[in-house]
Amino acid sequence: MAKYIARRLLIAIPLLLLISIIVFLLMRAAPYDAIDAMTTPKMSEETIAAIKAQYGYDQPVWVQYFAWLGGLLQGNFGYSIVTKSSIAEQLAVRIPNTILLVLPSYLVAYVTAIVLGLVAGSHRGSRLDHVIDGIASVLIAVPSFWLAMLLIFVFGYLLRALPIVGMQTVGDGSFVDVLRHYILPFVTLTIAFLPDNLRYVRSSTITQITQDYVMVQEAFGAKRAEIMFRHVCRNVLGPVLTRLGMALPMLVTGAIITETIFSWPGVGPYFMTAIKGMDYPIVMAILILSSTLVIIGNLLADVLNALADPRIRQGGAR
Amino acid sequence: MADTQQAPAGDLLRVRNLRTTFHAHRSLVKAVRGVDLTVREGDFLAVVGESGSGKSVTMKSVMGLMPDNADVEADELTFCGRDMLAMSDEERRRMRGGEIAMIFQDPMTSLDPLRTIGKHLREVLKRHRGLTGAAADTEAVRVLGQVGIPSPEQRLSQYPHEFSGGMRQRVLIAMALCCQPKLLIADEPTTALDVTIQAQILDLLRRLRDEAGMSVVLISHDLGVVANVCNRVAVMYGGVIMETGTVDDIFLRPRHPYTRALLGAVPNPADRRHGRLVSIPGSAPSLVDPPDGCPFADRCTYTCDRCRQAMPAFIAYEGEQTARCVFTADELDRMDRTRRPAEDAASHDAKGDAR
Repeated sequence: MAKYIARRLLIAIPLLLLISIIVFLLMRAAPYDAIDAMTTPKMSEETIAAIKAQYGYDQPVWVQYFAWLGGLLQGNFGYSIVTKSSIAEQLAVRIPNTILLVLPSYLVAYVTAIVLGLVAGSHRGSRLDHVIDGIASVLIAVPSFWLAMLLIFVFGYLLRALPIVGMQTVGDGSFVDVLRHYILPFVTLTIAFLPDNLRYVRSSTITQITQDYVMVQEAFGAKRAEIMFRHVCRNVLGPVLTRLGMALPMLVTGAIITETIFSWPGVGPYFMTAIKGMDYPIVMAILILSSTLVIIGNLLADVLNALADPRIRQGGAR
Repeated sequence: MADTQQAPAGDLLRVRNLRTTFHAHRSLVKAVRGVDLTVREGDFLAVVGESGSGKSVTMKSVMGLMPDNADVEADELTFCGRDMLAMSDEERRRMRGGEIAMIFQDPMTSLDPLRTIGKHLREVLKRHRGLTGAAADTEAVRVLGQVGIPSPEQRLSQYPHEFSGGMRQRVLIAMALCCQPKLLIADEPTTALDVTIQAQILDLLRRLRDEAGMSVVLISHDLGVVANVCNRVAVMYGGVIMETGTVDDIFLRPRHPYTRALLGAVPNPADRRHGRLVSIPGSAPSLVDPPDGCPFADRCTYTCDRCRQAMPAFIAYEGEQTARCVFTADELDRMDRTRRPAEDAASHDAKGDAR
């Protein structure tokens, strides 16, 4: 198992390098570059050349790439072109805010999805199943920005019950205040994460329940509950567990739209502002971060899967 | 036990007029339409028929393993003299695996892939015999040895995917043996296995019938399989039983046109008369709206008006052989004699001398 993880980590290194090259080259290929952002057409040629030299843009591309990569490896993500502030410092504040929002809502959605999915799947075709599956089908079609607007309209405008912007009222950092700001984006995200997981658990439960081993267990006198909890659940939860690993990048980029709508001071608005302002170093930093998390998340998913399933565990050991 | 005046001693399972109907898409599928079966102690009964004949559904109905959209009715369903129709679901469940065990066609998918073989066995040992811990392990090892699995101690901690198909079927048989059932129902247990393994599994089943003293019902579509291991045979077609008898009755003196047609489709090296195998034209009838008369009427060469009017009654022959046909075996033979010479003359290599 340790050997398997080590091998997977080694494979991840060239993959990450490749991603960094692609991200870097794509940003270089974009029509508007960092120099354009820092200079104005009125500036003289000499001034522009001086700025280029100051930021190292007069060097060959590969030198620039390695300088950037070297910085990344030391945890230096560079500086915003627009605000000149350190990206690493900004992210250090914003990522925890995003995690504070995404992690609880994802976990609530995940656990709810497992419970409802197992209930619906094991009562396939019943009224209960139709209701649960119907709700999931409707929710999967609801865009989260629309839902966010609807919640803002109802709870913020009509009822005036909850604040709709930010994480806290200026000058009031109390727990209750943060909680009141927390509710709407939390509900939006929970509903956004729920239907996909729910449908996955339901269909995977149905697949398992129609497997031969379920009938065999029945033929050997197992109770329905025994079959559900000892056999079906474990077989369903293996693949569902791997989704948890795959969800890792969500911690950074899982709520960009929702955060932006509610002006939650997380990664979302930061990323959106950077894209609109062509603040390339920020865009690159977040892209690198989220693709790294995708790779780690996949590795985590595979490890979880191997732990849950002896067929994969032993296949990997050989 | 109670009800001894109704069930003669030695009758393990008695089924009378069993009917199983599926509700599907507003139509009714009459999969089993009045089946009578008796399994005696020490029996090795084969239920044969082509796919869709209702043989599997019959035995699953007896087990109580039908899905919710199936209605199972019967005039009598007794096991060891006990009325299974009057039992609660809980009593039926306890009986499953305990007194009647069933194994299935595909051993590759019959075991939970995430549990070791040992766990599978320990689970049934605990449920039906209250064995746990070291006692359960000892018994599991003994049973695995009994079904011919080498080094059973090591095998206990292995997962199903580490076993071949034949070995998995042995594991399933071992699970059944753990419960010490009086009756083992084997639903096409060798269909998914290759031929040499098939023979081993059938041998094992026959040996266990003798050693463990359990009766076996073997569901099969393969007459060749049946001939070697069984003592009694029931031939099913279109949801009803067509002919029953001892294995000799069925193979040496078949009385029903369907049984005869089936035997004509089995390669027989000893019989060189026909040269080529005779297939049965047409296909099995739809069970959505089954005909009132004999289900085989459309494919039978002896069909007359009476066949289509009503389901023919059973005609009893010597011993306990019965056949559900409007004609007696003698009448069929007579029709054969008047028809054959003409047919043989018409066939391309007229074998008139074969008469």
